[in-house]
Amino acid sequence: MKKAGIIMIIGCLMLLGLFKFPLWNIMLGAPQYPDPLGMNIFIDGIKGVKEFDIQNIDGINHYIGMKKIPKPDQMWEFSVFPIVIGSMVALGVIIGILGVFKKVSPYWFLGWLGVMAVLGILGMQDFNNWLTEYGTDLNPHAIMKMTYPDGTPMTYKPPLFGHQKMLNFNVDSYPAAGAYLMFFGMLLTLVAFFLGIKKSHKKQLL
Amino acid sequence: MKNSIKILILLFSTVGIFSCNKQQDKNNEGQSGALASNAAERVYVAPGEYDEFYAFISGGFSGQLSVYGLPSGRLLKVIPVFSQDPEKAWGYNEETKPMLETSHGFIPWDDAHHPDISQTNGKLDGRWVFINGNNTPRIAKIDLTTFETTEIIEIPNSAGNHSSSFVTENTEYVVAGTRFSVPIPQRDMPIKDYKGNFKGALSFLSVDPESGRMDLKFQIIMPGFDYDLSHPGRGKSHGWFFFSTYNSEEANSLLEVNASQNDKDFIAAINWKKIEEYVNNGGGKKVPAKYAHNIYDDETHTATSTMENEVTVVDPTEVPGAIYLLPTPKSPHGCDVNPTGEYIVGNGKLSADLTVHSFSKMINAIENKKFDGEAYGIPILRFEDVLAGTVKQAGLGPLHTEFDDKGNAYTSFFISSEVVKWKVETQEVIDRQPCYYSVGHVMIPGGNSAHPFGKYVLAMNKITKDRYLPTGPEVTQSAQLYDITGEKMQLLLDFPTIGEPHYAAGIPADIVRENSRKIFKLSENKHKYATISNGDARVERDGNEVHIYMTMIRSHFTPDNIEGVKVGDKVYFHVTNHEQDYDVPHGIAMIGANNSELLIMPGQTETFVWEPKEVGVWPFYCTDFCSALHQEMQGYVRVSPKDSNVPISWSLGE
Ligand SMILES: [Cu+2]
Repeated sequence: MKKAGIIMIIGCLMLLGLFKFPLWNIMLGAPQYPDPLGMNIFIDGIKGVKEFDIQNIDGINHYIGMKKIPKPDQMWEFSVFPIVIGSMVALGVIIGILGVFKKVSPYWFLGWLGVMAVLGILGMQDFNNWLTEYGTDLNPHAIMKMTYPDGTPMTYKPPLFGHQKMLNFNVDSYPAAGAYLMFFGMLLTLVAFFLGIKKSHKKQLL
Repeated sequence: MKNSIKILILLFSTVGIFSCNKQQDKNNEGQSGALASNAAERVYVAPGEYDEFYAFISGGFSGQLSVYGLPSGRLLKVIPVFSQDPEKAWGYNEETKPMLETSHGFIPWDDAHHPDISQTNGKLDGRWVFINGNNTPRIAKIDLTTFETTEIIEIPNSAGNHSSSFVTENTEYVVAGTRFSVPIPQRDMPIKDYKGNFKGALSFLSVDPESGRMDLKFQIIMPGFDYDLSHPGRGKSHGWFFFSTYNSEEANSLLEVNASQNDKDFIAAINWKKIEEYVNNGGGKKVPAKYAHNIYDDETHTATSTMENEVTVVDPTEVPGAIYLLPTPKSPHGCDVNPTGEYIVGNGKLSADLTVHSFSKMINAIENKKFDGEAYGIPILRFEDVLAGTVKQAGLGPLHTEFDDKGNAYTSFFISSEVVKWKVETQEVIDRQPCYYSVGHVMIPGGNSAHPFGKYVLAMNKITKDRYLPTGPEVTQSAQLYDITGEKMQLLLDFPTIGEPHYAAGIPADIVRENSRKIFKLSENKHKYATISNGDARVERDGNEVHIYMTMIRSHFTPDNIEGVKVGDKVYFHVTNHEQDYDVPHGIAMIGANNSELLIMPGQTETFVWEPKEVGVWPFYCTDFCSALHQEMQGYVRVSPKDSNVPISWSLGE
């Protein structure tokens, strides 16, 4: 159980990577942009991959009536997410320590993972909603109004995951380093759970 | 008399021989040239791929410097230097007008001859290109992060600034040698009293190793010869500079005859380290001299012109042991030093031979005081004592020599119109290839450094005649690229050039490419009239001056409607490009402006002046196709009568 507790702690701490590394990355390449424009989505705001990428994405998007990419203070998520992640890390570490001292059963690990998974899914849901809103709520006075072949107005929602062609742009949307650290950390908490279970089973058998 | 008959016979017979050869070569080009040797493949740079070398080819009488890619021969850019260029508003906008200021006032043209790339430890470092203006003597420096001219310094006491602008192996100095000797200081005197009274100034400009800032450190006041070309010593001869001369006769009229009387002129060998030391210790004399020093700043995007009023001059007789004259036959033109610094090649342009001097023999002769008289107090060495050897009958009218990295030299022959490859150590001719036609300089990338990149030689030709589609009496000049990796040279390509391609400097693209700037940061824009935030866009009246603080971004100007301007006003458009995206400049042009457009890089501010002469509502527009809505990027200025009381106002989107 000692080993399991330590793995639990390490797993949770890996979530701290989200404070340093981006959660998600969206790249926009086009013939005129051989060096693609890109944005990195952090839990506390959106930054350009290169210094002026956000300004240039906003500049291009203004033609089709998209809003500017929100500043951190324009979305509640960017103040709430860091608190949620921070709290979950703290909670996980406490559970882990208690695990080391055999004060809690491994099911607490699983419980933490469950909460984290639900929060993660909610987060993705929220992110997807924002992408939809960003890509469809267009300025009616936009300079360019494109329609699909069936006549409905074109929308520009970037994909939540994967590649999509949007007008002249190739859009690639994938998890970034922060997300990988988080997934791996959560995987470790699962490992901690199984390890803990195995240990306690052995004990029961003895 | 006998001699000249011999020369004439030689001249005609050799011309005959060489021209026959050329005819044959030309006829055979189809089989032995491009097709047989896959020349096309070797110069082909596929779409989207990059050339291996940058070539900076001077524009001669266009006053500019053009940038080509090698081996493709693609024109990449024309950098305005000494001539006004409406495409980039160089010399037209308020920011760059000071760059063309001189002690004679605003001079919007010069004759740009010899570009040279900065070096560190004898290797090209790709930081700056220096180039000389011949006519109103100037040296310019081009910054290779922006590919823009950032400094121009005028050279006083000089005329026909031809033997420049070559740099020493750590870019300690750029030289500016005068072609014409003149009275120093200038004064009213009979021209026939030239001899003994006119002097030639050789100027040494120090270069700050960090900023590249040039400073006219000293001038050596030499005898009144014509100083034709020059090259720095390197390696063992580092610390010396060599200048070829003609007209050691000091003739002042009909020079084609009168300056061709002496069988030998000189190469002047100058120990600049010795003179530098002398000057650093307070030597030399400060004399009055008026010359402009113009500097362009990348943060203010603005040039300033300062008039200097003093220069340090050095009398060579006061620094014994610093200057010697090396007799060199037949009015030498080129003066070229090989990469090791041992050999100094002087090409007598009226000769068929090349003269190769030895640096170590020169030092030996100096140490043993083997002099053959003196000229105005400067010791003349004995020809035999400094000669390493002669390349015999290599061709007709040798001009310039460059070197590869394998001990070979390549000399251009103007009259016989060819490039001749010869071995430096043994002076034996290895190969010759025709040029089309009348080649001047040749260039090997890294040619003026201790480390040439001996893959190509570029020949720069004065005449093209039948090489391209005719374009009336004026046809283009051209450059020809030869592969020199094998024993024999091979003509791969010829391509037209801007102006007369006088000389060139080449450098591997890798050394320069990574440092090339993409934008100017708006946040670092310190232009006096910059409009950094859109909210600050405005129009202000100050007497009869109207200052428009305007911004531009795809695809509009802010403001785009301006009223309250009156006939007789002087309207300044101060325009700031708010883009921060690579390769998105915008332009602006105003109807009736006696000026050029502006072409403004991202993050940059530029200004032009418009003086409206008629009432009306006059449009302006973006001149650079910037976006899908480029054509919509436009605006109006309302011009009211002189006595009108329409107030200044401006708007956008109302
Ligand atoms: Cu434009």
